[in-house]
Amino acid sequence: MGTFSNTWRHIRRSPYQAFAAISVMTLTFLVSGMFFLLSVGSTIVLKYFEQKPQIIIFFKDTKKEADVNELQDRLKLMDKVASVKFVSKEDALAIYKEQYKNDPLLLEMVSADILPASIEVSATKIEYLPDLANLLKKEADVSDIVFPEDVVNILVSWTTSIRQVGMLLVIFLSLVSLFTVVTVISMKIALKREEIEILQLVGAANWYIRMPFMAEGIIYGLVGSLIGWIVNVLILVYASPLLMPLFVGIPLFPIPLVFYAIFLAMMLALGTFLGILASVLAINRYLRN
Amino acid sequence: MFISFDQVTKTYGDKTQALTDTSFKVESGEFVFLVGPSGAGKTTILRLLIHDLVPTNGTILLDKLNIATLLKAKIPELRRQVAMVFQDFKVLFDRTVGENVAIALEILGKPPNEITKKVKEVLQLVDLTDKINQFPVQLSAGELQRIANARSIVGGPKVLLADEPTGNLDPTTSWEILKILREINKLGTTVIMATHNVDIVNSMRKRVISMKKGKIIKDEKSGKYR
Ligand SMILES: Nc1ncnc2c1ncn2[C@@H]1O[C@H](COP(=O)(O)OP(=O)(O)OP(=O)(O)O)[C@@H](O)[C@H]1O
Ligand SMILES: [Mg+2]
Repeated sequence: MGTFSNTWRHIRRSPYQAFAAISVMTLTFLVSGMFFLLSVGSTIVLKYFEQKPQIIIFFKDTKKEADVNELQDRLKLMDKVASVKFVSKEDALAIYKEQYKNDPLLLEMVSADILPASIEVSATKIEYLPDLANLLKKEADVSDIVFPEDVVNILVSWTTSIRQVGMLLVIFLSLVSLFTVVTVISMKIALKREEIEILQLVGAANWYIRMPFMAEGIIYGLVGSLIGWIVNVLILVYASPLLMPLFVGIPLFPIPLVFYAIFLAMMLALGTFLGILASVLAINRYLRN
Repeated sequence: MFISFDQVTKTYGDKTQALTDTSFKVESGEFVFLVGPSGAGKTTILRLLIHDLVPTNGTILLDKLNIATLLKAKIPELRRQVAMVFQDFKVLFDRTVGENVAIALEILGKPPNEITKKVKEVLQLVDLTDKINQFPVQLSAGELQRIANARSIVGGPKVLLADEPTGNLDPTTSWEILKILREINKLGTTVIMATHNVDIVNSMRKRVISMKKGKIIKDEKSGKYR
């Protein structure tokens, strides 16, 4: 007996309502979870690019080492420059080997000769990048200047849109599932009017009468968020091997187990919160005193 | 528990006066019959005592507490101390016989094993042991009556208000119920029983309050039904 069996009785008696409530909760948490993951992922990628040396100047093989050193010293003295790092042909090969260590074919094709030496210049502020780029363009024997401000800008706008669209969808879906569960529980309360009255007449405290309805809301929230989490994790697990090559060097994969645990805890907490909120709203509306 | 009605009037809506200036006292541990024709106001008196109704006028004391002005939050506590057998049973149709009786103990927060034990005991008392897992729709009116009786006594209330607890029961079963009520009364519970059962009232030789049209017309120490 007790609260749980009463709650189970409530749910079993009206499986369609329970199905509707759990479905909409699941959808909410599925989509919320997805946008959460996207938002976390894109933030990590953005951080990575923001921290990366922001301008890379590749030199022709004709560039003299003394010139490169002189350029480095000059850059280091500038206010706008945070740090300067020289990457020799050999360093470049090492980096290349590390990145493609699983791909013997690509490794064979490359030797230190064909990789250019470069310096990575990071600016103290992102706004200084164009100035620095202009300055560096005037250098002799420069083969290429990679100027990832565009990448960062694109990422910023992507991250912002993901967050905004996600926020709107999450709010909308949360409201839909909130109202669905409120409606389901209100119907239950209406159907159980007589039972509630009898319980009151024999001296049941308010909490005893309310508990099964609360528990019902919580169960909808918990089951919905749990299924939402499971599906998200399955998608991640299956998608990881496909995504990994796209994000070489970015600390995105493998996803630490702790992250899955925190993700689960967050979803369950939100599910519980939504369930409690819905049942409290229904109870306050239809079960005064 | 000492009960006192002082000049209590209860009007339903604007006109139906179910109770007019009614005063009486019941000492702790008394056994009282409440008799009178249909519509006399018996049920009204009992419902006032569990604050299911609020008097239009007058004071109802339970010991020193005026329950006419009882705080809402205190109502459940009152109803645990003052239990009632309802004329229309008020059993829950989606719970088994055992679960129906168990409610009275669950709301007191008793542990499950104690609940199981006490429910069995009380069902034995009202001879419903073999129906413990059946649902009320499968039962006769007399059996529903006995569930209602069992639920009201299982929690050990200080006052028991029994509204026609022998309605729908054959004479033998009626006397069984009376035996139980007398037993409980001997253990100190105040019993107020509203009834139309002439035989029982006349043979018990207990206090009888006779009512008619919302007024007490007779209150005798060891009275008769009239
Ligand atoms: N909810 C109500 N609304 C309006 N009038 C009511 C209500 N309940 C009872 N009455 C009226 O109050 C009067 C007293 O009713 P009450 O139920 O107390 O009688 P009773 O003595 O218990 O009768 P019975 O022996 O038939 O159970 C009756 O005239 C009845 O019609
Ligand atoms: Mg009556």
